[in-house]
Amino acid sequence: MSKTTAPEPRTTRATLTRRTALKGLAGGAALAAAPGWVPYIEAQSSAPLKLGFQVHRTGIGAAYGRWYDRVTTAAAALINEGGGIGGRPVEIVTEDDGTDPKRGAEVVEKLATQHGCDLAFGTLFSHVVMGSAPRAGELKLPYFVVSEGHHVASGRLNRYTLQPGITDVKSQVRAMAPWVTQNLGKKVTMIFPDYAFGHDHRDFFSEAVAAQGGEVIEKIAIPPTESSFTKYFPRIPRGTDVLYHVMVGPGVLTFVKELGEFYGTGARPAIFGFIDSLEAVDIATPGLDFLEGTYFWEGMPRYAPPDASEHEGFYRQRVGVDANGASMSDPKDIATYAHMFGCWETLHVIKAGMEAAGYQGPADRAKLIEAVEAMTGMPESREHPQGDKVFNGRTHQVFGHQFISRVEGARLSVVHKTSIEDGMYPDEVDYTTQPF
Amino acid sequence: MSRAVGLHLGLLAALAAAQFLLPDYHHGNLARIMVLAAFASAYNITFGYAGMLSLGHAMFFGAGLYAAGLAAEFGGTAAPLGLVLGVLAGAIVATVVGLLALRTTGVSFMIVTLMFAQAGFLTVLYFGEFTRGDEGFVLAPAARTVLGLSLADPATRYWAALCVFGAVMLGSLALARSAFGRVLAAIRENEERTRMLGYDVFRAKLMALAVSGAMAGAAGAAYALLFGYVGATFASIQYSILPLLWVLMGGAATVLGPFLGTLLMFYLIDISSSFTTAHMMIVGFALIGLILFFPKGILGTLRERAAPWLP
Repeated sequence: MSKTTAPEPRTTRATLTRRTALKGLAGGAALAAAPGWVPYIEAQSSAPLKLGFQVHRTGIGAAYGRWYDRVTTAAAALINEGGGIGGRPVEIVTEDDGTDPKRGAEVVEKLATQHGCDLAFGTLFSHVVMGSAPRAGELKLPYFVVSEGHHVASGRLNRYTLQPGITDVKSQVRAMAPWVTQNLGKKVTMIFPDYAFGHDHRDFFSEAVAAQGGEVIEKIAIPPTESSFTKYFPRIPRGTDVLYHVMVGPGVLTFVKELGEFYGTGARPAIFGFIDSLEAVDIATPGLDFLEGTYFWEGMPRYAPPDASEHEGFYRQRVGVDANGASMSDPKDIATYAHMFGCWETLHVIKAGMEAAGYQGPADRAKLIEAVEAMTGMPESREHPQGDKVFNGRTHQVFGHQFISRVEGARLSVVHKTSIEDGMYPDEVDYTTQPF
Repeated sequence: MSRAVGLHLGLLAALAAAQFLLPDYHHGNLARIMVLAAFASAYNITFGYAGMLSLGHAMFFGAGLYAAGLAAEFGGTAAPLGLVLGVLAGAIVATVVGLLALRTTGVSFMIVTLMFAQAGFLTVLYFGEFTRGDEGFVLAPAARTVLGLSLADPATRYWAALCVFGAVMLGSLALARSAFGRVLAAIRENEERTRMLGYDVFRAKLMALAVSGAMAGAAGAAYALLFGYVGATFASIQYSILPLLWVLMGGAATVLGPFLGTLLMFYLIDISSSFTTAHMMIVGFALIGLILFFPKGILGTLRERAAPWLP
């Protein structure tokens, strides 16, 4: 990490005469009265900090975006109740990116150059992050993504892009592999969408399973345009112990229904999936009965566990989610609970980073990045209700606990919580060596 | 110099002057709009002048985007070579597709080009190991340099976008005023009669598609090099429909229509999306209004009613 050193104060000898004092006073008064100067003075003291929120309000990410929006609003309200950031209130400036990478880059530009935001945050879908991050780097705009993609820690982005509020997919699957191979079986068949998200799971999980002495015996890639899945199921080898699925999108209900029809009431392998498939979907939805007894990864348990911490309860209440993972005002409105905590925690990291950096304005953006890079441990707290975490300043990626839940009585019950170390992997980049 | 030439050169001069006048946000937007307008101009050659309704232009734009992007990523090519590769990729893909698709006309042509474009999109996803599929990849700063100048620099990017747009627009103007352009217009108006007059209609349409593909490829390559991101979204059906809408709004078979349509549509979405999530409904209303009051697009209707000299 580069060090910033405060310039030495210059020592000058000046003779203060009545004339120079009067000149100084007059000049100061004129400047203070000049249009444009008063707001500047104000900005130094109490003007709101503008945090640009790039949200998927429309497009394929809209269900996630709706909850990211609510969590962001709740977190900003909490921060403002507590006196804001460094004594300055926080203003969230929201722009919809349509879950589109081209629009994402435009939105980052708009937040920086038109709205004058101090930073941007909140992007979820990986392709939007990839499309937007180069522009954030060019604009030298701190860009805090909440995406769980491996793009940040892989070194493919830039020094201005960080992911301090949610773990990445590589970490998640590595943490899952020991439990899956020890409890469900060592011969795994993977069913995944045939695009980057699915390929990440395929590559990282295969590697992690092999490290545990297991084997992925078949990899079934489903084309993204597919609407029926029955024809792929005969490819599942008979010796499969565990069926691992990460299907997402509108076809997921059909996928589960057809999988249930394929196996019927006969013997089937253990089934393990990522909750990404069913975020914002009620587990009790007719047609999902087949999921009973299967397992899911959760970033944060949707159904409040009996041993939930005080911080988890506080967070759940503030973001308006009931104990079943649904909106308090509409039980049919299911939260994207496994992911949305990332916005809450990211905003609190931003607050901690800005305060540590003594952030005053855009000139301090590099200081903010350095302050976040210097972070390491993040204890479980109201600011980090999902659990304690470790931030790696070199890779700009946070590491934390993961949860494995079993579907029991159309609810998800946590059966295992991984350690932070389970998900760690060697650094692939050191962003701190890149110049600002 | 005729009024028409003066108008087009005047637009380029105004765009050059805007570089020094616009605030940061609109400065960046205009660079993006010029690249996309080059894509729309390419579409206009096929749709506006030759009368072929293609839904496959995302494939040509994507060919240029990936040619420049993959060459830089895996071959370490310099930006100018990337642009040349983009032009070639667009032209070659358009020619190959044209040889097959031009056996059909009308709705069939639209469906066949759509089918090819979808195949192209799925090919990008299929070779995800290299293309990173839907997630795409970011071009390294070293690949985005021309004569020691970084294309990530706002001023350099603006000038580069203006050069690409200017070349495509002046190329379109030259084509519209050429004998070949008149043949294309004749094919659009009455293909059978043109054939009866002795013109090789298939050859002319294939050439139009190849020129259009080359221009779309140039726009795709420019987008990759100027904005640093290459992703499958740009090869999806959405990017076959968008240039159609831009051209329809600005005026099909007008040289400046694609630019005007792209500009208006960009800001329509930009402004409306700040107020409502139903911004596409606003775009829909705008298109309905356009059909009611400007059935030939803004400049097409203007040419019909007040400025017949407009090319």
